[in-house]
Amino acid sequence: MNDALPDGGVISLPSIDAVERGLGEAGYIANRQISTAIYMSHHLQKPILVEGPAGVGKTELAKSVSSWLKLPLIRMQCYEGLDEAKALYEWKYGKQLLYTQILKDKINSVIGEADGLTAALAKLHAFGDIFYSHEFLEPRPLLRALQQTHGAVLLIDEIDKSDQEFEAFLLEILSDYQVTIPEIGTVHAVTPPIVLLTSNSTRDLGDALKRRCLHLHIGFPDDKLEAKIIASRVPGIDDSLLKQLVSFAQQLRAMDLKKLPSVSETIDWAKVMMLLHTSVLDVDLVRDTLNVLLKFEADIEAAGKQLAAMTHKARQDGGVG
Amino acid sequence: MSDAAPASEPLRRFLQVARGAGLRVSAAEGIDAARTVEIVGYHDRTILKDALGLVLAKTPDEKNLYDEAFELFFKRDEFADKGGSGESGDTDAAPSGDPFAPPTAGPGGEGMGGSGGQSLGQLLAGDDRAALATAMEQAARDANIETIRFFTQRNLYARRILDRMGLRQVEREIDAMRQGGTPESLSRAQFMEGRVEQLRDAVRDFVERNLILYARGETEKFREELLKSARLSNLERRDLDRMRVLVRQMAKRLAARYAQTRRVRLRGVLDTRRTIRRNMGWDGVPFVTVWKQKRIEKPRVMVLCDVSGSVAALSQFLLMFLYALNETMSDIRSFAFAGSLIEVSEILEKEPVEEAITKIMSLIGYGSSNYGNSFADFADGWMRYVTNKTTILILGDARGNRTDPRTEIMNELSLRSKRIIWMNPEYKSAWGTGDSDMYRYAPFCNVVTVCNTLRHLERVISDILEDAA
Repeated sequence: MNDALPDGGVISLPSIDAVERGLGEAGYIANRQISTAIYMSHHLQKPILVEGPAGVGKTELAKSVSSWLKLPLIRMQCYEGLDEAKALYEWKYGKQLLYTQILKDKINSVIGEADGLTAALAKLHAFGDIFYSHEFLEPRPLLRALQQTHGAVLLIDEIDKSDQEFEAFLLEILSDYQVTIPEIGTVHAVTPPIVLLTSNSTRDLGDALKRRCLHLHIGFPDDKLEAKIIASRVPGIDDSLLKQLVSFAQQLRAMDLKKLPSVSETIDWAKVMMLLHTSVLDVDLVRDTLNVLLKFEADIEAAGKQLAAMTHKARQDGGVG
Repeated sequence: MSDAAPASEPLRRFLQVARGAGLRVSAAEGIDAARTVEIVGYHDRTILKDALGLVLAKTPDEKNLYDEAFELFFKRDEFADKGGSGESGDTDAAPSGDPFAPPTAGPGGEGMGGSGGQSLGQLLAGDDRAALATAMEQAARDANIETIRFFTQRNLYARRILDRMGLRQVEREIDAMRQGGTPESLSRAQFMEGRVEQLRDAVRDFVERNLILYARGETEKFREELLKSARLSNLERRDLDRMRVLVRQMAKRLAARYAQTRRVRLRGVLDTRRTIRRNMGWDGVPFVTVWKQKRIEKPRVMVLCDVSGSVAALSQFLLMFLYALNETMSDIRSFAFAGSLIEVSEILEKEPVEEAITKIMSLIGYGSSNYGNSFADFADGWMRYVTNKTTILILGDARGNRTDPRTEIMNELSLRSKRIIWMNPEYKSAWGTGDSDMYRYAPFCNVVTVCNTLRHLERVISDILEDAA
């Protein structure tokens, strides 16, 4: 049945393992679910809706896919009030205005020496009108993604920040890879792009949108995966320090905090530790750098009480007494 | 397994299981699932699980449900295979190669009571577990096991399955053996009875597993429906947790709806003034058009919640709802009162729900209520914050223990505020009886309504949000 599916143009993803390897080469350590999602998305020709807490690498996934497949990444950041003029297309009003001016000057050569109004109008109708045409169309991210000949990776970032109407507007492009411009008609994708939508679940997305997407939930990674990710992002990090950092971060996540530290924060923290030439965590150092991991005063306070115990455990896990 | 539709039958069964577990699987998603199975195949269970999960489960909650349903489905099929391996006991089955294989694939497949092949009696005597398991599956499907919905239906379905397997015939055979009278036939009857007893246990077990598989979501839904329309004061402690989930869901839903209508763009109506201003740089030639917008005021809500002894059972829930509302709406101030009134906005904002409620109740709860006094407190402290955009929500039974109702404060409130909504947990027939001052307050309220179920609560709050639009 595989061959019955339209193969996505130039790119081909032979297997889930290949996806995992490819993403790894692009510097993204993917777990099995993530690579399965990319694989399925390509073969089913469906967008992926990626949900999960902030900083677990949702946006990074799209970037890595694009760099691995060497496809252009087209990113659309959503926000409240985003509309199709900013997302899909806009007319080049200035040029259109100039065009009418030129037309006005050249009107005689178009109409010629026609006798009477009727003949002039007939000639005007016969004249190809390009006022609303592709030439005056300013493509915005969505349209641009459809126009890429070799395909593209379209990242619709933080879809939950956009209005509900905009969500409905996206449905056409998500299900059929086409958009309708009232003045011109329907524009189909040259090569269907790989579409990723990300959401932080600040609001519930509509069922219609969800139905058209594969749903991938990326949570916090386990300690092994996190260690792998940090090792790939912070090259040269000492193995024992790495284990300590990961153990500490994992302990923090078990606490009841307002905002749990995510992978991006652990990476930042690892970089800080590298800069400070640390090889063993100690309580004072952790206390001083805790604001890299935790972003709320209340959280820092709450964690502060258990710093000693947590640091101790982290050191044990890292193999240093 | 037929070649025409290699995936459809087992997948169809699984989808039914998934729906039973409470996943909402639309037809379109069913098609996607079929295509998914075509792509990844059945051979690798983890890949299949991940891949189908992408298509079928669309929220974290659904992911959990899906995982459970998937595991359960496999367990069931393992059970069928267990029969196939001829082992006794439930523990040591080898994982099956093809979990979606229909159970008829087991050896000695068509052994079903009455339908040719061996009779149930022979099966039992021969202790052919494979054939027995297959017969049970077959009988279960004939009995439409997938329609089972409630716990109480267990025995009914078990009986049906046993009947279809031909138990009556076996019982008659056993009776005949007993009447034979010889020691041999008696011991034979005893032996058979033991076997029948084992079969009964197996079937009951099987039905229970299927109940979990097919009906968990349904029962859950049923229970939630009940809770939503049950009187809040009648709810029991053990329902509290579930109630809290429902309340939060509701508050979130309401907040989403309210966020949606906050700003409506009036497309097609040009805002001339702002268009000209925006385009001054181009000599007033309108390159950029500005359209008119209708801005919708955020509802400013002040909630006064009675926590006195007379409504204590209810106020737990009202506070819970208040808490959820506080999380979702930005401009809300909450007050609790019994003998006097205090502002509780901060407590609700800072503390987790449990502690917030306990704290409020310990601060002011359980006393006997004095509405006049509480309103006077409100007038002293907060009357100046009431503007013509404020909606005032009062939750209480209006029973002031024969104290002065101070209706003149209500009068002032109604003049200053946008509107007053009074939600009374008592039925209308009880209003105005005894020490109830409901009818004295009613003339000053824009809406007075009975509110003692979650559903009532939702309706009233949704009205507030909509009217604010």
